[in-house]
Amino acid sequence: MLGFAILLSFNILGVWLHNLLHLPLPGNVLGLVLFLIALGMKWIKLEWVEHSAQFLLDHMLLFFIPYVVGIVAFMPVLEAHWVSISAGIVGSTLIVLWVTGFVASKLQKFTVEEQAPKRKEDAA
Amino acid sequence: MNVLAWTQQPLFGIAATIVVYAVSRILHVRFKWMHPILFCSIVLIGFLTIANVPLDHYKVGADILSLVLGPATIALGVPIYKYRHLVKKQFKAICLSITCGSLVGIVSVAAIMLSLDGAREVVLSMLPKSVSSPIAVEISKSLGAMPELSAVFTVFTGVVGSLFGTAFLRMTGIRDEVSLGIALGTAAHGFGTAKSLADSEKQGTFSGLAMGLAGLITSILFTPIYMFFM
Repeated sequence: MLGFAILLSFNILGVWLHNLLHLPLPGNVLGLVLFLIALGMKWIKLEWVEHSAQFLLDHMLLFFIPYVVGIVAFMPVLEAHWVSISAGIVGSTLIVLWVTGFVASKLQKFTVEEQAPKRKEDAA
Repeated sequence: MNVLAWTQQPLFGIAATIVVYAVSRILHVRFKWMHPILFCSIVLIGFLTIANVPLDHYKVGADILSLVLGPATIALGVPIYKYRHLVKKQFKAICLSITCGSLVGIVSVAAIMLSLDGAREVVLSMLPKSVSSPIAVEISKSLGAMPELSAVFTVFTGVVGSLFGTAFLRMTGIRDEVSLGIALGTAAHGFGTAKSLADSEKQGTFSGLAMGLAGLITSILFTPIYMFFM
């Protein structure tokens, strides 16, 4: 429970900071930045939060399901423009995936040790 | 007369979602191709439709469940902290690829939508589709678009990215976990991150980091676009 308490505290702190300063980042992301600073400064020990964090990360997909179900309410708008909407979202998402992945794979500094086992995995 | 009144209790939405999710986890062991988000949404939408339960009743509990995304996002700090040395080493590659990806995302959506039918409101609402919904909603408001529709588009984008992202990238020859993670986080925000975490901790770490940075970079990229619309 200590882990959940810490994670929730940083969540609230981030939301509060977002409302206070009107920053362009949402409260969750601000909370994550603060949490990383606290970990880096050793104010929070990794073993306090590790267990709770692992549980939440393992089941992250679960928390997105309500949003997907909620799409049903927008069916009329989506149906009226479905061709352009699907083309725009699918097309652009694939383009973003490829451009980002391509640039990231070209710019990374690989060391020999890191690259060797990766090749083996691919061959398998 | 109202036999469905009990579904208004928060417990209904929470229990229904968790039960269907637990079933999807069991099925996923046998059927690897089955995506939990797609399976759960189809089953839940089907159930609500057949049982005639209004979406608002479901949302009472389901919205509480999605609040847990808050602490789950904070929890991303743990793997990012564990991989801090690798993050530091690749920081330039991370930032540059996210900037390229975010910029291409805005431009490509505008190009595709304008060449098809281009109802102004729909096009503008779709511009911030690759960032997580709280950021997309803010950007949409500043553009004078429809924030609710923008939120729906981010969910759509997330589903597309988490369903096809990894397979598509592998097909194009991008296979290392760091690049896969950055691409999924930039293109499909939290959905991409959740999918990446399901694949591997390392990929999930970079996806979560990319999601946060893409939100920040996209917010900055939109500033000149607001001026254009003023």
